[in-house]
Amino acid sequence: MTNSNWEFEHSEAIFIIGSNTTEAHPVIGAVVERGRQAGATLIVADPRQTEMARRADIHLQHIPGTDVALLNAMMHVIVTEELQNREFIAERTEGYAELAGLVAKEYSPERAEQITGVPAGQIAAAARAFAKAGRGAILYSMGITQHTTGVDNVRSIANLAMITGNIGRYGTGVNPLRGQSNVQGACDMAALPGNLPGYQLVADAAHRAKFENAWGVELSTRPGMTLTEMINAAADGGIKAMYIMGENPMISDPDLNHVEEALRSLDFLVVQDIFLTETARLADVVLPAAAYAEKDGTFTNTERRVQLLRRAVPAPGESRADWQIIGDLSARLGHPLSYRGPAEIMDEIAGLTPIYGGVSHERLASGAGLQWPCPDRTHPGTPFLHRERFSRGRGQFAAISYRPAAEQTDGEYPVILTTGRILYHFHTGTMTRRVAGLHATVPEGYIEINDRDAAEMGLASGDKVRLTSRRGSLVTVARVLPTVLRGVAFMPFHFAEGAANVLTNAAFDPVAKIPELKVCAVRIEPVAAAGAPAVADAGQTQGGGVR
Amino acid sequence: MADQLRLTVDGRDVLVPAGATILGAAEAAGVEIPTLCHHPLLKPSGACRMCLVEVEGARGLLTACSTPASGGMIVRTRTDQVVAARRTVLELLVSEHPLDCLTCESTGDCRLQDYAYEYSVTGRDVAGLPNTPAADGRQAKLDDSNPFLVRDLNKCILCGRCVRICHEVMGYGAIDFVSRGATTKVTTAFDVPLEESPCVFCGNCLTICPTGALQAKTGRGLGRSFQYDRVRTICTFCGVGCSLDLHVRDGRIIGASAAEGPANRGLVCVKGHFGHDWIQSPDRLTTPLIRAGDGTFRRATWDEALDLVASRLAEIKAAHGPDAIGGLASAKCTNEENYLFQRMMRAAIGTNNVDHCARL
Ligand code: SF4
Ligand code: SF4
Ligand code: SF4
Ligand code: FES
Repeated sequence: MTNSNWEFEHSEAIFIIGSNTTEAHPVIGAVVERGRQAGATLIVADPRQTEMARRADIHLQHIPGTDVALLNAMMHVIVTEELQNREFIAERTEGYAELAGLVAKEYSPERAEQITGVPAGQIAAAARAFAKAGRGAILYSMGITQHTTGVDNVRSIANLAMITGNIGRYGTGVNPLRGQSNVQGACDMAALPGNLPGYQLVADAAHRAKFENAWGVELSTRPGMTLTEMINAAADGGIKAMYIMGENPMISDPDLNHVEEALRSLDFLVVQDIFLTETARLADVVLPAAAYAEKDGTFTNTERRVQLLRRAVPAPGESRADWQIIGDLSARLGHPLSYRGPAEIMDEIAGLTPIYGGVSHERLASGAGLQWPCPDRTHPGTPFLHRERFSRGRGQFAAISYRPAAEQTDGEYPVILTTGRILYHFHTGTMTRRVAGLHATVPEGYIEINDRDAAEMGLASGDKVRLTSRRGSLVTVARVLPTVLRGVAFMPFHFAEGAANVLTNAAFDPVAKIPELKVCAVRIEPVAAAGAPAVADAGQTQGGGVR
Repeated sequence: MADQLRLTVDGRDVLVPAGATILGAAEAAGVEIPTLCHHPLLKPSGACRMCLVEVEGARGLLTACSTPASGGMIVRTRTDQVVAARRTVLELLVSEHPLDCLTCESTGDCRLQDYAYEYSVTGRDVAGLPNTPAADGRQAKLDDSNPFLVRDLNKCILCGRCVRICHEVMGYGAIDFVSRGATTKVTTAFDVPLEESPCVFCGNCLTICPTGALQAKTGRGLGRSFQYDRVRTICTFCGVGCSLDLHVRDGRIIGASAAEGPANRGLVCVKGHFGHDWIQSPDRLTTPLIRAGDGTFRRATWDEALDLVASRLAEIKAAHGPDAIGGLASAKCTNEENYLFQRMMRAAIGTNNVDHCARL
């Protein structure tokens, strides 16, 4: 996020799009609630009437995959009603004229209503409320990024923030809420194909040289593959071996039947995890790892704050912390990585990574954390970014046209399926489904279906339904609700039986390579026979340890 | 400085911003005033009257938590009159409170108990108020039908902190004061169990309850605050980065509580508060496993497993080049581990094929 969690308490307008904040980031949901009660206008764009949408002053209930049209129409209103922040645009940005021309000409709220299903008047009201607020913050999450147009969506959000001058000040900003506890840190540390730690570039010779010196090896200049590309390459035979640490792509990735086929065709698969996950069951070697409560180290949260984790209990049996396992393995591969502990590893990171330059476990011990960029040992950290200038100089507007989602509904697959998280579970359920209380609260997967659609299909809550997409099919339980948009169905992805990702589309954004988990076309049919098991089929393995 | 106020608290000079309360001024002066209903995240309510102080020139005692400080004020927090008034407040509360501290989960972590001790209040000193909570018509059944929270309203002192945090911070408003005749209690609409209310089991009400009226269901009977260690760490369940204290007794995690951190300011959600059983699950992997010829897994030593991984990766690299190997690091592992993982992939194996599920 450009800004910090608690700044939203003092925002005057909060625009949430593609984030079910109270469920996926509950404590930020509470901060937003405090902002709302203090008088901020809350605008929520979501195909479902989530708790946050229910609390909102304006709920834009748009069809999944139409975010760019919605955002462009808001900017159309801002431009034509002259609500833009002229001073900010003139001093801090470039490319405004092209964007303004595009949205003014092609994205009237009336046209956007045709695309998004949101009444034009509501779009205009939201645009005015956001543009007129002194401090406006935009919050978004995977509902924006998990699309074939994910990058377009994000750039459109940046356009809206810049056109209203809501960047570089307290209580404003472009704020992606990061899903997993250390997804920010994993990116910062360059668990990414094109980067070296701290967003230095594999493609940049000077950046490479610095790491080559420090590590004493020559680094490859060949660009690496993203997760989705690796899975495809595994299926095609380009990738022969994979080493998977603490990930469960057999639940989290799109088009699971394809993922399984890909992992099975590897010559060698190593999985390092805390449980024998669906992915680990396919491995040749499984390495037992310590859980977060069993090790020291740091996580970087969504507001770029590096914070200290402490070992509370010993790891069970012979399991070991991931850093110890990697160290030993790397030594066997001829590149020893031995450290007294995570604090020493952080010192190495700080020495090579300018944005982490001032981070050390010693400084973090106070509990305040440090928000990067934190370039040196005396730097207090950075609560919000882009205060005086953007890292690239001027902020670049991008004129972006709406493109439909990769997969459209048709007669055979008439319903849009969108997937997401729920409050009581985390990611692939590996952990939370082993918590008795959480499991008891939401023991199994389900699908939310609009009440009028359900009436037409003759469905009631609790009925078993079969969902079929162009990739797979599964049986789950219907929850009939008025809060989902007509023609749309929602399914949480945490559950291994009836895993939503059997259905989803792996088509991905051409730049960010993020799969379109938020939109695919499905058919919903009642399952007549009583007692049909709620399990996936079409090639999904259930639990067996045997290939 | 127009927007600063100068006043004296217990003889100490202090400068505070305009709008500060007497309580805030006392804090700034390093003087502690006891409070029960006050909480920094919540609007002042002045409900418990525990924070009474004497202000020169004012008629009667004032509640420090809800009275604004003003320039030149002379505040005294420890006079005989103040102490006597606080003692009366406590006598009334304790006289209605079950004195089963022996078995109460909150013993050692209870403001009412701490203040009763500090002010030597037994609850037997108020004429006509024997310590018989059952007699006052509030004798209530435990609400423990949900998996997370136990409500024992017999221990409730009606400070209203839980109600206010649920309304003012969480925005669910699952609980409220309900009056029937002379008695008031804190409960859900229509007095239904919590799980039938809009409650989302964040347990933030439990965190700020000053008594044992709200308790976590999970750690009950496993140890009280003076029996376990608190280990400060960061929640693993989402990117908010809430600070948590894990409660550790005899090498086992018996519970968790919200901690005051810059990202969460003492708040958590249901997962961070109650979602830690899995750490000690019997399903945890405890040894390396190697797939045997018949397709099943067999246990292996670390040396055996790591030797096998290293030799197979080396073979594949020799036969197909380093880019035939791909690595997935993890958004659930630490920075240090992700750093080492990508260093191993890049420096030891020689490929940039490293990613994680940032996008999922
Ligand atoms: S657990 Fe959370 S939602 Fe439930 S009553 Fe307490 S504060 Fe309200
Ligand atoms: S339950 Fe606890 S927090 Fe709520 S009013 Fe009673 S004593 Fe106060
Ligand atoms: S307690 Fe809840 S909101 Fe806080 S980090 Fe954990 S999962 Fe996220
Ligand atoms: S703390 Fe001031 S009245 Fe309760």
